[in-house]
Amino acid sequence: MQTSRTRRFRLASSALLALTLATTAAACGGGDDDSSGSSADGVTTISVATFNEFGYEGLIDEWNESHDDIKLEQVKVGTWDDAKANLYTKLAAGSGLSDIEAIEGDAMPAILAEEGAFEDLTNDELDGRWLPWVEEKALNGDGQMIGYPTDIGPEGICYRSDLFKKAGLPTDREEVAELMGTWDDYFALGEDFVEKVPDTAWYDSSGGLAQAMLNQVANPFETDDNTVAVENDELQAVWADVTGNIEKGLSTKLPQWSDDWTASFQNDGFATMACPGWMLGVVEGNAEGVKGWDIANVFPGGGGNWGGSFLTVPSQGDNIEEAKEVAAWLTAPEQQVTAFADKGTFPSQVEALESDQVTAATNTFFNDAPTGEILAERAQAVTVQPYKGPKYSDILQAFQAAILRVDDGSQDAAESWDQFVTDVEALG
Amino acid sequence: MSNSTTSRGGGTQTVSPPREGPRTASGPTGRAPRPEWRRRLTRLDVRLSPYLYISPFFLLFLVIGMFPLAYTAWVSVHDWSLIGGKGEFVGLDNFREVLDNPYFTKQLVNTISIFLISSVPQIVIAVVLAALLDNQLRGRTLWRMSILLPFVVSPVAVAIIFGSLYGDRYGLINELLGHVGIDPIGWHTNRFASHVAVATMVNWRWTGYNALIFLAAMQAVPRELYESAAIDGAGRVRQFISMTLPMIRPTMIFVVITSTIGGLQIFAEPRLFDETNARNGGSDRQFGTITMLIYDFGWQLRDLGRASATAWLLFVVICAFGIANFLLIRRIGSLGGDR
Repeated sequence: MQTSRTRRFRLASSALLALTLATTAAACGGGDDDSSGSSADGVTTISVATFNEFGYEGLIDEWNESHDDIKLEQVKVGTWDDAKANLYTKLAAGSGLSDIEAIEGDAMPAILAEEGAFEDLTNDELDGRWLPWVEEKALNGDGQMIGYPTDIGPEGICYRSDLFKKAGLPTDREEVAELMGTWDDYFALGEDFVEKVPDTAWYDSSGGLAQAMLNQVANPFETDDNTVAVENDELQAVWADVTGNIEKGLSTKLPQWSDDWTASFQNDGFATMACPGWMLGVVEGNAEGVKGWDIANVFPGGGGNWGGSFLTVPSQGDNIEEAKEVAAWLTAPEQQVTAFADKGTFPSQVEALESDQVTAATNTFFNDAPTGEILAERAQAVTVQPYKGPKYSDILQAFQAAILRVDDGSQDAAESWDQFVTDVEALG
Repeated sequence: MSNSTTSRGGGTQTVSPPREGPRTASGPTGRAPRPEWRRRLTRLDVRLSPYLYISPFFLLFLVIGMFPLAYTAWVSVHDWSLIGGKGEFVGLDNFREVLDNPYFTKQLVNTISIFLISSVPQIVIAVVLAALLDNQLRGRTLWRMSILLPFVVSPVAVAIIFGSLYGDRYGLINELLGHVGIDPIGWHTNRFASHVAVATMVNWRWTGYNALIFLAAMQAVPRELYESAAIDGAGRVRQFISMTLPMIRPTMIFVVITSTIGGLQIFAEPRLFDETNARNGGSDRQFGTITMLIYDFGWQLRDLGRASATAWLLFVVICAFGIANFLLIRRIGSLGGDR
């Protein structure tokens, strides 16, 4: 039965419904909801986003046990590339970043160019805490300190002594070190090795080798005035070495950080790899149960620094002051010493470098190698600080893809180089 | 499940509101003649109410569907950086740049290839599965629900599992192939093999879902028709081809169109399947799709102008495929439906 009353009600209600829906939909677009930050009971939660292994797990527990007002929470992703994708997406969105974001060293120049997106962390009390050349990488054009350095990546050579033995090579870390003074020595030794142990490659990935070699080039991709110049002799020499070795069977031909790469640690996939301090934790994690790892106090072609990260505080966060305090605490010498003991991330703090805990540190997994002493010497051997402009990270990604095309056989070296040059041009 | 025989066409007419008749019988109009304005209001009510009822969807669509579409078009004709925002008006330059980019052609071909390798077998298998489930099985609901399980699993989990199955060197499938003397397949490097790998992930997820939709359509086919067909001597296969398929044609069109739209926008599976650091779909973009190119432009190269232009080109491609498929399926259906 239909009365005029119900009809009128129907008309009114449908109009009302339409109106409500339209206005709520519009309202949803306007508000910026508060996702992170303080909870009701006065406890502020500070999220710390890291990638790979920073060795912060124990430190975060330590902080949380002694602090009631500020609690730390780690947001951990596998690789810097994933962290970077997340970082840029959320920078653009204007919200959603963690209170503290760890930035990989090679990407710092691009981060410094993002004006107003990150807090100035300059703090006079922290003067002289870090090695000067590391601190310099965190300063933007206006001299503001955008990130607190965490670690540096002085490189040694990690190797499998059991596989060396199988190939009839010396296994003692000092003898091994003497065999790898230059890249040519290292490659020649590799050819010798793969001849005797044909199922195992010499090093873990062409990409990893390229990173190591690039970090010894003064201007790999860009000139000092940020002009992109990839067609230079040094870069082409690195390219020729890396791609030439692929044919010789020295490389696993696997993308670094891929599942197959991770699996190759368990499958005697390779015998050596370029090892910055922070890589020690990665090796130990991937090669769990594998005996025979060691580290030699040597790096072909002189020293090299690979990576090392920075903690930044994005301006979009709600708890900037607390975040700054936490970032300063995490990057203090005492804390980085603990992180080094835990995951091998080598400190960039002057005081930490002098601490007994670092200099006397040994690593059980790496056959009780004196890793503290080795990495400290490796850090001193670093002579070249490559110039890295704002496009470094993007070009590096294209360069790694180019190497991979030769690795997996989808292109030959010449084709792949041409495509790399086109890709770099497309970066705009 | 019982369903009336008027599943198509007849249903809507019976609902049309009774107009003049019942009103004189009810109370209020008995006393005095209804004022003219009330009658007009009633007529307005009858005419407009249905539109008001469906309006919330369209209003919402306008806000969350049309607006982004138009805004993307606006972005695509500007220099637009992800973080810096809007720059100069550049007309169709972004479109030209995208069309000239060799990766666009390559990734468009990949997208279509993955779409064909996934959607075609997917729909065929879904129809067959649905036909099997349409039988009198013991524990029917259990079987019917079970085929939906893969749909509930997150694509990320699916990608992790399939990633280890399809590992190039230490993957399970290549290991099994090795036992029977077949050389390992480059699942991440061979272009066609990688398309097959990605398509399996898509099919794993969507076949059951589509099968359930087909099953629902099949159950709406009146059982009497099958009885008479059986009396006329038609076997099960003949019944399926000559009766079931033509009767589920509208559902078929629906499924084909939705899987066209979904298939051409595939993103999560190939991206998660990718093991290279750049995640553009393999070292040489062997299995990079158009949506991944949009992501590459917009978020890795931080150029929303080119990303938006690519998005619009994809929109055009999807429309073209949608229309083509619609025409194709309608034709196939009517050919089989000559009764």
